[in-house]
Amino acid sequence: MAMAPRTLRRRLVPADRTYKVALGILAAAFGAVTAWFVVSLAIQARPAFSKLGFSFIVGKTWSPAFGQYGLLPFILGTLETTAIAMVLAIPIGLGTAIALAYLVPRKVRPPLSTAVELLAAIPSVVYGLWGLIVVAPIVRDRLEPFLTAAFGWTGLFNGPNEGVGLLLAGIILFIMVLPTMTAISRDVIAAVPEDQVEAALALGATRSQTLRRVVVRGSSKGILGAATLATGRALGETVAVALVIGNSNYIVHSVKSGSATIASLIVNQFGEASGTELSVLFAAALVLLVIGIVVNALARVLVRSTSRSSAASVAVA
Amino acid sequence: MTADPFEAMVDPMVARRQLVQSTATATLKRRLLASRIQVGLCWAFLAIAIVPLLGVLIYVIIKGLPAWNADFFTQVTVPEGIEGGGVWNAIVGTLVIGGIATAVSVPLGLGAGLFLSGSGGRFAYGTRFTADVMTGVPSITIGIFGYIAIVRNDGEQYSGIAGAFAIGLIMLPVIIRASETAFRNVDPDLREAGLALGAREATLDRRITLPTALPGVITGVLLAIARGIGETAPLLLTIFGNQYLQWNPTKPMDALPLVIYNDSSQPSAELVQVAWGAALLLMVFVFTLNIGSRLTAAFLARERT
Repeated sequence: MAMAPRTLRRRLVPADRTYKVALGILAAAFGAVTAWFVVSLAIQARPAFSKLGFSFIVGKTWSPAFGQYGLLPFILGTLETTAIAMVLAIPIGLGTAIALAYLVPRKVRPPLSTAVELLAAIPSVVYGLWGLIVVAPIVRDRLEPFLTAAFGWTGLFNGPNEGVGLLLAGIILFIMVLPTMTAISRDVIAAVPEDQVEAALALGATRSQTLRRVVVRGSSKGILGAATLATGRALGETVAVALVIGNSNYIVHSVKSGSATIASLIVNQFGEASGTELSVLFAAALVLLVIGIVVNALARVLVRSTSRSSAASVAVA
Repeated sequence: MTADPFEAMVDPMVARRQLVQSTATATLKRRLLASRIQVGLCWAFLAIAIVPLLGVLIYVIIKGLPAWNADFFTQVTVPEGIEGGGVWNAIVGTLVIGGIATAVSVPLGLGAGLFLSGSGGRFAYGTRFTADVMTGVPSITIGIFGYIAIVRNDGEQYSGIAGAFAIGLIMLPVIIRASETAFRNVDPDLREAGLALGAREATLDRRITLPTALPGVITGVLLAIARGIGETAPLLLTIFGNQYLQWNPTKPMDALPLVIYNDSSQPSAELVQVAWGAALLLMVFVFTLNIGSRLTAAFLARERT
C-alpha cells in the first residue's frame, strides 16, 4: 500500500515543478501544524516539570489546594477502564467479526457491515448520555448486586452499588470501541484468501478449525492491530467517560467506586485551573498524547500490512 | 462353514485402517461438537454486540423525539425554570464551526492527498504515517492545542474559530488519507493516456485524477465532517458555550455536543430532555452524512459505467 504508484516518467517543465512543490507545501503544512501541536503542548507543560520534577506523574495524591498534583490515580483509572473495556471488546468484537464475515447469510453481510460502520460514527457524547441515564440504573440495581454476590470474595466489589464508577465506564467504553474492533477485524478477516479456507475444509477441518487455524491465524497481525487501535480509542476517550465514571480523585480498590481518567481529569478541572495546576493539566495531556501516539503508531504498523483499500474504510478507522 | 482364509492373516494394512477408522469416528464427533460450540459462541457474541448498539439507537429516538417541537429548532436556550426555549443557538454554532473547519481542511487535505498519492520517498512516507497516527490521537489533546494556539494567544477569548481550528485538525488527517486512497485507486492507464497527449501535471490532476476519484473523495470528506461535528471534548476547551444566538465565530459559541454534555448531568428533567433531543438531532446529522456519502459514491460510480 505504501508502494509508489506506477508512473511513466517524463521530463517536468517548470510549471509542473511549481505545481508539485505547491502540493508538497500543503502536505508539509500538515506536518508543520502537527509539530506545532506537539511542541506547544510540551512547552506549556514545562513549568509543571521544572517546578515539580517528574515525580508528580506517579504521585498518589491529587490535592491542588495543598500543592499536590499526583497523577497516579488517573493513570490507574485510565488503565483500569481500558482493561475492562478490552477484556470484553476483543473476544466479542472478534466473534462478531467472524460471524459477519463467514457465518451470516451472504445477502445480509454488506448491509450488516455497513451498519457496524455507522455505529462507529455515533458521537461519543451520545454514548455518555445513554450510559448515564439508561445503563447506570441497570448496573446499579442488577449487575452490581449480582457481581457482588457472585464475586464479592475477590474484594473487587466492596462498597455501595452506585451505578456510576469504574465498572460502568469500562462497559460504556466497551460498547463504544466494539464497532471499531469489529469493523477492522472484519476487513482483515475477509481478506484471507478463499483458496486457503477451501483447502482447509477439503482436508476435513471442521468449521471452527478452519476459522481458528486458517482465518484467525492468517489475519492475526491485522486483528492485533484492530485491538491496538481500539485500545487507543479507549485510552483517550473523554466526555463519555467523564459522564459515567463518577469522578473521584483517589486511588480506588473496588470497580464499583467512582474514579477518574487522565482525560476526564483534564475536562473536569480545566475550567477552574490556573498557574501550576493548569500547567500540570497540560503535562497530563502531554502524557496522554505520548501514550496515544505510541499506541496508534503500533496499530498502524500492524494494520498497514493488510489491505484497507477504499476511501470509506480509511475514514472509518 | 469354512473359515475365512483372510481372517487368520494379520494384515498390517487392515489393522491400521481399522485403527484409523475407529479413531476418526471418535475424533470427528469431538471435533464437530467443538466446532458447533465455537460457532455458536460467535453467534452469541454477535447477539451481545447487537443488543447495546441497537439499544443506543432506540433510546435516542424514543427519548429524543418528544423533545422535538417548533421551539426546539427555532428558539435559543432559556434559563432553567422558564418554559420553552430550544437549541437554535447550538445548531447555528455546529453549522458555523463545521462549515469553517470543512472550508479550511478540505482544500488542504485534498492537496496533501494528491501529493501523497503521486509520491514515494521518505517525506511522503513520514507525512502518511503522521496522518495515520493523528487520526487516533485523543481528541482532548487537540482541544488543549486549540486552547493554547488560539484562545490563549487571543487574550483568553474563547471563540468559534478556536473550535473550528481544533475540529479542522481532527478532520484533516482523515481527509488526507481517504483522498489519497481514492486518488491512488485511479487507473494508471487513464493518467498515462493524458501524459501521452502531453498534458501538464496540473491538468492531469484537474481533468483526470480528481474527477475519476470523485466518489471516493466525496465519501472521505463527508465521513470526516461526520466525525468532526460529533466531537465534544475539543469544543469544551475552545468555544466555551453560549446560551445566546451568536453567528460571529470570533465570539464564544454553543454547539450540539456541548448541549448534550452539559445538560445530561443536570438534575432537571427538562434539561435532560433537551439533551436527548439534541442527541437525536446530532445523530440525524451524522447518519445523514454517513449514508449520504455512501449513496453519493454508489450513484456516481454507476453514472460512470
